[in-house]
Amino acid sequence: MDYSWDNPVFHSTDVREDLKYVKTISEKGIWMKQVFEGRDIISIRDLSKADVEYIINVSRDMLPVARGEKKSSLLNGKILATLFFEPSTRTRLSFESAMNRLGGNVVGFATSKATSAAKGETLADTIKMADAYSDVIVLRHPNEGAARLASGFSSKPVINAGDGAGQHPTQTLLDLFTVKTEKKRIKGNNIVLVGDLKYGRTVHSLTYALAMFNATLTFVAPKTLQMPDEILSHLKENGIEFGQSDSLENVIRDADVLYVTRIQKERFPDPEEYAKVAGIYRIDLEMLSNAKKDMIIMHPLPRVDEIAPEVDSTKHALYFKQAFNGVPVRMALLALVLGARK
Amino acid sequence: MKELKVQPIKDGTVIDHITAGNALKVLNILGISKNPTAMVSILMNVRSEKERKKDIVKIENRELKPKEVDKVALIAPDATINIIRNYNVEQKHKLSLPDTIKGIVRCANPNCISNLKEPVEPVEPVFRVVSKNPIKLRCYYCEREMEDVAGNII
Repeated sequence: MDYSWDNPVFHSTDVREDLKYVKTISEKGIWMKQVFEGRDIISIRDLSKADVEYIINVSRDMLPVARGEKKSSLLNGKILATLFFEPSTRTRLSFESAMNRLGGNVVGFATSKATSAAKGETLADTIKMADAYSDVIVLRHPNEGAARLASGFSSKPVINAGDGAGQHPTQTLLDLFTVKTEKKRIKGNNIVLVGDLKYGRTVHSLTYALAMFNATLTFVAPKTLQMPDEILSHLKENGIEFGQSDSLENVIRDADVLYVTRIQKERFPDPEEYAKVAGIYRIDLEMLSNAKKDMIIMHPLPRVDEIAPEVDSTKHALYFKQAFNGVPVRMALLALVLGARK
Repeated sequence: MKELKVQPIKDGTVIDHITAGNALKVLNILGISKNPTAMVSILMNVRSEKERKKDIVKIENRELKPKEVDKVALIAPDATINIIRNYNVEQKHKLSLPDTIKGIVRCANPNCISNLKEPVEPVEPVFRVVSKNPIKLRCYYCEREMEDVAGNII
């Protein structure tokens, strides 16, 4: 789709600009009309607070259909192309499930080995083909910026399903949807993010998004894996309250949401360095004895050993429900960008 | 009067106050090294009045437009352009960095789609200027911010 840096409705380079924009409009008493039809979903930074709220509301409407309790033919006759150049379980299956639940069809591939990309075809050319064969494109690719590039070669909306270590906006949206559904509101909750905060793409996008909603943030990580300065200064500039710690025990008592991420082994050049931090934030029943009763644990999955299986059966464990929430959120996005839902 | 090491030019453009050592990069950015028709003199490590070293580039019989030269501000933020007509400075401009930089700098992220080698995607690198002092660019594709601009000039 056509993309312009100068058009604040379709893009803002900075969440702070988004906040200003939404504020200006609401002060005048006119809320921005949400225009989603034909729009690409590439980075969480492209979305304003009002956009995110709108997507969350539509996602809620989709719940009965996502659970299979109601039937829908909203996207009857529409075709989704899922182009997965990299492996995925949850993202691809939930997109396909979302499209099928809404009565649409899916074409695509789950590995690039069986495609012309293996013969040296450019992504640009592959996208032109998908553009010709479908109505909406979902792309996962190992290179950062792939989805933005794809959007420039497609007349159909492109949804980013993860570009290397870059953006994964639908994950962020389903995380926000989960917090909002479980806690009624995002603002005012103390959200503790724990694990690899330095390299994890999920926690970076999520932090930007939570900042839009004025959540209180606590970052728990060993010093070597703490949140990058760029993001911390963004929070300071926007007056967002946050704390940092290397001990989960010290902060778990006050947590409303515990967002756990995997410490990725492949990021460590030295296996001994990895071993030092690998097991340090293991969440088990003992750790949870100090937590609030209604504290929820989220995790983008897959997990390795950071959450003990014994936690799965507690009321705190929200991660499988969170993964299910990928379906209604992706249904909402598909319906909105295809213009079937205004 | 101090003796000039290089003769003044009659008509053309003088780019002054270039950060010392960057004159050749300036010519690259302007594409002048690919265009052998212009007579170009380069002075490097000249002592300026403020006793700081600088480079100077003189291009004869060609008047560069400010917009054409603004991208030089990427590596020489203090540079000025003087348009010379008949040995006189007709116009003097201070450079100002444009908001978008296209095709001059490569993204510092080796995994960025704009750096892909096999196959090469049919796109030019594009950056948004997020800060002019110090210079900070954000890649349009991978959204990474980059501070080492001089080291990534194509």
